[in-house]
Amino acid sequence: MEIIDNLALGFSIALSPYTLMLAVIGCFLGTIIGALPGLGPSNGVAILIPLTFTLGLDATSALVLMTSVYYGAMYGGRISSILLNIPGDEPALMTTLDGYPMAKAGRGGDALVLSGVASFVGAFLATIGLMLLAPMLARVAYLFGPAEYFALYMLAFCTLGGMASNNQAKAAIASCIGLGIAMIGVDNSSGLPRLTGGNLHLMDGVDFLVAIVGLFAISEVFFFIESHGKGSSIGIKLEKVTIPWKDIYETKWTMLRASGIGFIAGILPGAGASLGSFLAYMSEKSIAGEKGGFGTGVPKGVAAPEAGNNAAAGGALVPMLTLGVPGSGTTAVLLALLMTLNITPGPTLFTDRPEVVWGLIASLLIANVVLLLMNVPMVKIFVRILQVPAWILLPGVTMVSFVGIYSLSGSYFDLVLMVGFGALGYVLRKLDIPTVPVILGILLGGHMEDALRRAMVLSDGDVAYLVSSPIAIVLWVAAILGFVAPMMLRKFLEKPQRVTD
Amino acid sequence: MTHHFFKAFVMGAVLTISAPTSVIAAECIAPANPGGGWDFTCRQIGKIMYEIGAVDKPIQVTNMAGGGGGLAYGHVVNERDTDADLIVAASSATSTRLAQNAYAGMTADQVRFVGAIGADPGVIVVAADSPFKTLGDMVDAIKANPGSVAFAGGSAVGGFDHLKPLMILQRGGFTDITKVKYIGLDGGADAITQTVGGFTQVMTGDMSEIVGFLKAGEIRVLAVLTDERVPGFEKIPTAKEQGFDVVAVNWRGLYVPKGVSDDTFNEWASKLQQVADSDAWKEAMVANGLAPFTKVGGDFQSYVDGLVTEIRQLSKDIGVIQ
Repeated sequence: MEIIDNLALGFSIALSPYTLMLAVIGCFLGTIIGALPGLGPSNGVAILIPLTFTLGLDATSALVLMTSVYYGAMYGGRISSILLNIPGDEPALMTTLDGYPMAKAGRGGDALVLSGVASFVGAFLATIGLMLLAPMLARVAYLFGPAEYFALYMLAFCTLGGMASNNQAKAAIASCIGLGIAMIGVDNSSGLPRLTGGNLHLMDGVDFLVAIVGLFAISEVFFFIESHGKGSSIGIKLEKVTIPWKDIYETKWTMLRASGIGFIAGILPGAGASLGSFLAYMSEKSIAGEKGGFGTGVPKGVAAPEAGNNAAAGGALVPMLTLGVPGSGTTAVLLALLMTLNITPGPTLFTDRPEVVWGLIASLLIANVVLLLMNVPMVKIFVRILQVPAWILLPGVTMVSFVGIYSLSGSYFDLVLMVGFGALGYVLRKLDIPTVPVILGILLGGHMEDALRRAMVLSDGDVAYLVSSPIAIVLWVAAILGFVAPMMLRKFLEKPQRVTD
Repeated sequence: MTHHFFKAFVMGAVLTISAPTSVIAAECIAPANPGGGWDFTCRQIGKIMYEIGAVDKPIQVTNMAGGGGGLAYGHVVNERDTDADLIVAASSATSTRLAQNAYAGMTADQVRFVGAIGADPGVIVVAADSPFKTLGDMVDAIKANPGSVAFAGGSAVGGFDHLKPLMILQRGGFTDITKVKYIGLDGGADAITQTVGGFTQVMTGDMSEIVGFLKAGEIRVLAVLTDERVPGFEKIPTAKEQGFDVVAVNWRGLYVPKGVSDDTFNEWASKLQQVADSDAWKEAMVANGLAPFTKVGGDFQSYVDGLVTEIRQLSKDIGVIQ
């Protein structure tokens, strides 16, 4: 039983009091970040990454902390969805559909506990899936040459563009902006500087952490300034919180099905948790039919998307760890963290750094248990934190961002660049252009270019080489479908919008 | 704050006064951050020199990262040119970059290469199911159709991994080396994955990068680029015994400033020889996947000179430099 051995190795690393403490802290911070409207898991992880460097954490500790934050944010996202009807992050959108009506009907406590349990089931099953599937996928890497990698990157951009946005053109623009930014710096093959304008700071390219913190965290501050600091307060009163055993029991099959769907959706590069919760909700809705009463505040409508999005969060780690292609915006940020820690995800990660991989998997399992224990009895504390006014919160975010980025590079130029990215993020979001493809472009652009150039070297410049293997063809077809299909389906499959009262 | 400043000031003053008197400990500059190969060289050699009594005081290690070693090189050439108590870690990357003018125009003759005492041997590797059984098979296939064989390596185009097969091909009488396909990946492991996967035909890299794959039985090593077969890997033939006189190893060694006396140079060379002969160094080599490769003094200097000349010519031939 190799898996048991590996898991034992993982737990021997993750169960030290120090990493356990980091996991608890990460879960706590993550839940808060997820719960706060606007600060999703991507932002949360992005803001906290520089902190791990300031604290001088080693690779395993940093990973444990950040994945706890990641999972925590996935849990936390449901709190504001249910109580405020404001999704804490994009994947939690589906939870508002039945969660808020439930809360309005006076069952806010039940909805919170039920969604916590559903999150646990989804994340737990996904972690087990990750454990079983990832080592198998690592073998698949032998089938991936430059052409296949290029197609895989293409798929990531296309599906992310197709799913994450309501407008393909805008997603494509965002991807191109990201790819353009990735071209800045010294060209790997010829050694010539590109697009640097003679500025030495740009010779090494744009650091993706600077871009991430700017686009996510700083632009959030700009939005806050624009709204003159009007914060939201909780309209729903939360009375006693008890455990709704009956609801949990009745939704058990829903949770299992939703976990499976979410996990598969998470594995698809670029699709991620939003797709997981969306598909899980939609399939449960069609299984329940008209009588199911989805949308009116039924427990199944809360359990399905929560199990789905947490399972997708686990699934998204599979392609990230084995192929180095992130399955969601947040895993893209985690990938950036890994690369900064000098860990190159890929097929050899499992053999070269088993302590990192299995320590990570073990800490995910631990984080899950911690989160369940934290989220059920302590839900009132998180609700209280939701009432922290934005004018205290956001200056804190700004401070952490500036200190964090400066501690990374010690260069004021990066700070200016970060504010620049903040402005870019503000403009893009005003224009309803998604920012995640920009990040994906910056992160993957260099690799995508390398893959293309390698493919061209191997084939003497023959473009047909890019579609010369069955895997490449399948990936290209999937990429094109992933990009085009949402346009066709949008007519029939209206993406449910948030309930407005 | 003032306190710290004061301390630093006094410290600086003390150092300035004592530096020329040569009673302080020698310094080893590692031109990279802690943790890499150069850092290892400084720390291990410094530690062993002190342990075996080759130096009176522990050697002070300074990390000076930047410009792929160019920052430290410039520092030594411009500011420490006569410092007899200074050694600097170097490797084949140092000579490759010097040959390709990657150190802002500084040249290899601006320092003295004092010796190398260990190396990661270069290897030429194919997948276990490859039709190539010997280096000769590979060279013949390239001579017949240069486009049919693509190489993968862990260094960028023009890097040392790229140059290794080119040297072999030149010895084998194939001169049209611009036709040779090479793709640079993010490390030796990726290069092997591509080769085992059949996307490239041959992997070029270092011994330490392939050990895991060799044990798993996924690859066959066509040749190791050393003078003698490597201890522990006696089954692997050298390129030399297959008729291709190429020695390409990622050596670990030291250079000293140009302006030191011949006596100082020879003194460092003999100290390095003592380290090479010590049991502690042999253990350190085994633990870090290095093979014995001892060249010190004038012998090493001429080896480096030859290497730089050859790499420069090769780099010109493939168009990496003008």
